[in-house]
Amino acid sequence: MDFGFIFSSAAGELFSPTTAAYALATLGLAVHFGYAGLLNFGQAGFMAVGAYGFAISTLTFGAPFFVGLLIAVVCSAIFALLLGIPTLRLRADYLAIVTIAAAEIVRYIVTTNQLTAVTGSANGLAAFEGDFYAMNPFPPGSYMGMNNRDFFIRIVAWAVVALFCTLVWLLMRSPWGRVLKGIREDENAVRSLGKNVYAYKMQALIIGGVLGALAGMIFTLPRGAVQPANYGTELTFFLYTCLLLGGLGTVLGPVVGAMIFWVVLSLTQGILYGLIESGAITWLNTVQAGQLRYILVGVALMLLMIFRPQGVLGNKKELAFA
Amino acid sequence: MRSTPRGLSQRRRGRLLKVVGAVFAAVAALLLIVAPASQATSPSPTPSPSATTFQNSISGFLRGDDRAPIADVTITAKKDDFTGTAKSSANGAWTIGVPTQGTYVVELDESTLPEGIKLAEGQENPREVTFSQTSNLSVIFAFGEGIVVQQQDFGQNLINRLVAGLSFGLLLALASVGLSLIFGTTGLTNFAHGEMVTLGAVLVFAFNAMNLPFWLAIVLALLGGGLFGYVQDAGLWKPLRRRGTGLVPMMIVSIGLALAVRYVIQFFFGGATQQLPFAQSAEIQLGLISISPNNLWSLVISAVVIAILGIVLLKTRLGKATRAVADNPALAAASGIDVDSVIRIVWVTGGMLASLGGILWAYYRPGVTFDMGSQILLLIFAGVTLGGLGTVWGALIGSIIVGIFVELTTVFGLAADLKYVGALFIMIIVLLIRPQGILGRRERVG
Repeated sequence: MDFGFIFSSAAGELFSPTTAAYALATLGLAVHFGYAGLLNFGQAGFMAVGAYGFAISTLTFGAPFFVGLLIAVVCSAIFALLLGIPTLRLRADYLAIVTIAAAEIVRYIVTTNQLTAVTGSANGLAAFEGDFYAMNPFPPGSYMGMNNRDFFIRIVAWAVVALFCTLVWLLMRSPWGRVLKGIREDENAVRSLGKNVYAYKMQALIIGGVLGALAGMIFTLPRGAVQPANYGTELTFFLYTCLLLGGLGTVLGPVVGAMIFWVVLSLTQGILYGLIESGAITWLNTVQAGQLRYILVGVALMLLMIFRPQGVLGNKKELAFA
Repeated sequence: MRSTPRGLSQRRRGRLLKVVGAVFAAVAALLLIVAPASQATSPSPTPSPSATTFQNSISGFLRGDDRAPIADVTITAKKDDFTGTAKSSANGAWTIGVPTQGTYVVELDESTLPEGIKLAEGQENPREVTFSQTSNLSVIFAFGEGIVVQQQDFGQNLINRLVAGLSFGLLLALASVGLSLIFGTTGLTNFAHGEMVTLGAVLVFAFNAMNLPFWLAIVLALLGGGLFGYVQDAGLWKPLRRRGTGLVPMMIVSIGLALAVRYVIQFFFGGATQQLPFAQSAEIQLGLISISPNNLWSLVISAVVIAILGIVLLKTRLGKATRAVADNPALAAASGIDVDSVIRIVWVTGGMLASLGGILWAYYRPGVTFDMGSQILLLIFAGVTLGGLGTVWGALIGSIIVGIFVELTTVFGLAADLKYVGALFIMIIVLLIRPQGILGRRERVG
């Protein structure tokens, strides 16, 4: 077994654009669930709205990069508004069911054959990343073992993550953030102070949703393709695993959680494949090894929730639930 | 939990860990028993190598609805200026080697089909297929009974879809009544309910593959579903209730359980679609309605089971106790009802109902896959929310509405691949207008 390769590919996951996308989407969930107590189970839907909003405006309408970016962000804000209006006055589990249903509606709509001309149906869309890479300031060459494209997308992705971590951190220290945390602790107490709880929740839903949309774009850009199968309900559940790993009511928790999630997935895959190839494990094939990892994700989610709901960085007093 | 002494909490923690492990061991063991048999008896046939000079190939098997291979049928694949042809061999296999991956138009020459065999109604031919990652692409052609396709009139179609929707709605109701009972008595929104649905169908397939008689396979699958409910409650949910875990954490735990169980099932069952015995049946004519016998059976079985459940809930002591616990657990406990054992019975019943729903769903689709339950989980939720969370009759009515709505939207011109969207959409609309659902009570909405 080549441990050097296994560890280097696991270390590569630390700063991969996918990890950055997970970190950003999880940061959105932290705003929703960790700070505001909103149980959003449709983050995959927000990511899909972002990715498709960008891809469709680029491919169908020929929009330049930043216009496409703006359209994606606006679409996700509208999506959050539409979701929030019926559900933010209701109990947490209603929001959960409606958001997961809305995310699935988005996925069904981009998968349907009726809209193949616009969404590419099950095959998705590709070749919309040209404008982005045209902005690449790095000339071709090798940067820390990567080509200039890979290097550029990593720099941009993590810069965006760092920017929004700072913004969320500042927001949560502000009076606005304190009210939001108050809503999480006791909605009625905040209402009795004369605050418009509904408006605060809606703002939090929109901010987290926009983060999700940006994450969706970071997720698709290095792939150069967007496919509906990537935006199923599992994606949201993986994001929740990242969130609980890192810590709910924290800014760096989502980043740490996403890194742990991907490094552990990569390590277990490398080690399992290595054991299978060397003949040490004969009761598994490589397909089953892949499934075994996701069984572990599910078990990890349960055990984290039961035994360490505050995650690695969190504070037990700051949980969104008693 | 916070107020418990440290030693006690640690001991509990250890016990909880053990029982969580036990849940998985039980599920894994259950599947382990049945997995080798299912693998042994359902070999995935590989097409026999024909003149394949290219690295990529498009292949498949031609089999009639009686599973008999269909030989000597010509199939062509076209892309740009490339055309490949193949004839199906004696075992129905055909392979066309193609130079590059990409999108091909595959056409089955219907004039070469044997007498009495026709493509199934709605089977697209020719059709476009696209490679995804793998070097082999399998294409399946479904064959029907050889009935001449007739143009149905709108009214006829409407009635047929209505009955099919009722059948679908009732099978959804089997699952959603269980979900609703569990919600009513414990407050848990159980995201792992979809996996309980899948388990029923997978167990029937596995027991059947072990050459057990069909009726025994069904009985064992129902018992397996009940056992899964029992083990879940005893091993996971009861200890969590004891700790005073909140409802939102429990919901997230159920998501973890759903993910774990779904992939455990895939681990043993594989990613393929399998068929239960008697899965294909010709439609029969009942007066104005044409319906497949499977759908008719499904409709009758679920209606009878739900009627029995209703009588039990309304007339027996157990039913009254269940409704009392759902209404107010503390008061029920004070009046001498053993709340924990009622909840245990609700979980076992819920597991069995979900299993039955899963078996019927496997016939309705038709086919067994590892994710078949999670595919309808949201429709089950939609049914429960429409009717009113926690109410049994609401879940029944809500599910029937969802089932009929899903089937009727295709009559009124919505594309078939969007039919679930309609159901999810009206759920959201109903929440806007009447958040407590059709039969729900206002104070539950909160």
